[in-house]
Amino acid sequence: MLNHFLAVFMARNREFFRDTSSWAWNVIFPVMLVVALTFAFSDDNKTLYKVLVLPAVNEAALPDFFATQHIQFIDAGSREEAQLKVERHLVDMLIDLDQRRYLINETNTNGYMLERVLAGTGGADFVKESVSSRAVRYVDWVIPGVMGMNVMFASLFGVGYVIVRYRKNGMLKRLKATPLTAFEFLAAQVASRLWLILLISSAVYAGTNYFLRFTMNGSYLNLFLLFALGAICLISLGLVVAARTSSEELAGGLLNMLTWPMMLLSGVWFSMEGAHPWLQKLAWLFPLTHVTEGARAIMIDGAGLAGIAHHLIFLAVLSALFLALGSKLFRWDQN
Amino acid sequence: MTALLEVRKLCKTYDTLCAVDGIDLTIDGGRCFGLLGPNGAGKTTTVEMLEGIVTPTSGDILYRGKPLGDEFRRRAGIMFQSTALQDFMKVREALQMFAAFYPTTRDIDSLIRQCALGEYLERDVRRLSGGQRQRLLLAIALVNDPDIVFLDEPTTGLDPQARRNFWDLVKQIKAEGKTVVLTTHYMDEAYQLCDELVFMDHGKIIAQGSPRDLLDSCFGDVILTLPCGLVPASLRDALGTCREHDGLLEIASQDVNATLAQLLGAGISLEKLKIRERNLEDLFLELTGRELRH
Repeated sequence: MLNHFLAVFMARNREFFRDTSSWAWNVIFPVMLVVALTFAFSDDNKTLYKVLVLPAVNEAALPDFFATQHIQFIDAGSREEAQLKVERHLVDMLIDLDQRRYLINETNTNGYMLERVLAGTGGADFVKESVSSRAVRYVDWVIPGVMGMNVMFASLFGVGYVIVRYRKNGMLKRLKATPLTAFEFLAAQVASRLWLILLISSAVYAGTNYFLRFTMNGSYLNLFLLFALGAICLISLGLVVAARTSSEELAGGLLNMLTWPMMLLSGVWFSMEGAHPWLQKLAWLFPLTHVTEGARAIMIDGAGLAGIAHHLIFLAVLSALFLALGSKLFRWDQN
Repeated sequence: MTALLEVRKLCKTYDTLCAVDGIDLTIDGGRCFGLLGPNGAGKTTTVEMLEGIVTPTSGDILYRGKPLGDEFRRRAGIMFQSTALQDFMKVREALQMFAAFYPTTRDIDSLIRQCALGEYLERDVRRLSGGQRQRLLLAIALVNDPDIVFLDEPTTGLDPQARRNFWDLVKQIKAEGKTVVLTTHYMDEAYQLCDELVFMDHGKIIAQGSPRDLLDSCFGDVILTLPCGLVPASLRDALGTCREHDGLLEIASQDVNATLAQLLGAGISLEKLKIRERNLEDLFLELTGRELRH
């Protein structure tokens, strides 16, 4: 059994590494993306100001302030979370209408601007509170999402598309005629893709980190574990997509249908804070959301395993579900 | 003695189409068994059921008296008509990968020699010529030293030299005592290689036997050919069954001396006369009533 697994595993690895254009793209694309984002957002010139409001937005309380354009007012939820967001520069101000207080981050220039706006629009009597913590650069905030997104594309297309191609060109039919079992074949595909993704992701991270020095307040081991589980989950989802189809066009369409919503709604590029609640609930179902949020928690907040346990559990459960479904649905040939 | 492969009342239905309609077959060990028929006759479906690739709708297939299972997969070698191997894979690696799937294998070096792959071992499988590629696929089919080898149209698309080279390989396999199940559209190939033939059409077996027995039972005549212009229409009825084909008149004769005497009596020059025996292509057309559908 191990012989069967290793034969397919090694063959798939060789195929990947010999296809230089493919693996080079797997490395170059995320590096280009990170570098481009670093330059594009180096001045952090957000045009929209974000203000969290406690207990909730109430325009009657400060009509002129709430009427100010280019400021997004968001219901704050819990005070602890809201304060953390001000500390992380995820929002620019927290205002408490009941206690007539506001909180800004001294190192956030937007906070100063909002403070001036508040004073001039009926909030001059509000008591100032402040924190001072280093701004999280956009690149620090975005790198977990970009890495997660790269894992998502490499997992889904790297397994889904490849298996569909094997089925279409008759490779799977030929393997079916041998003592190789479907489990051995699928396990080899998952293992091969998993270690290649982790290898390349580690290389991309190390390479870009050398120049950009990302914020990393947590454990690299935990980050590795999270990405490994995320990759297993997304590879398994790729197996489900590739379980039966022999049409590369259909597989491409299905994979795009899965990747685009995740890319847009999993908080890769911008915080989903303030998005419609049902969009946030939808995003919570996406594996990429858990990879991205978990990685941010590790890298920016220094979260330990306990802090990301809910992400890990969700990814593990989803992986088991997708693996079971993919194995159940899998067909060698086109019948 | 138990047959190597035995088929009972085998059926395969796709929606409303009955591709294979209750066939019975017995394939004995050490023989080359040919499956012939026009396109759509059901032979590919039949052979894929025999290979264990397609599940029958009903009926039984027994290998050494037992249903197809793990033992069959270990002891069967299969060469599909079209099989892609992994991209960027080299010839040696392809052989090694497939060898890893089996508990017992042939010596790879002797297989490489037998299939004349020595010069191409480090070549990407996508860069092989048609003949080299078919030899590699045959080597893969033989890597587990199988009892039974399925060859599905193995020489389609090959040039005459490559085809004859492939025939020699199949003859070597037969000489090693292996059972060969061959599907082909080339009647000369079937005649050269097969000990027993089955003709299929519309999902049923329409004739079965050795090539010689089938020809003898179907035909008692030989074919005389002459250019059409030499034989006047008025004489053709008297000569018996005549058919025009590619500018030649084919005269089916059960008494060659009498036919020749008729032609000479009519003053027809026999300088361009050719006489040939009936062949499997004649039999094919006789049985299926259609032109070959390559």
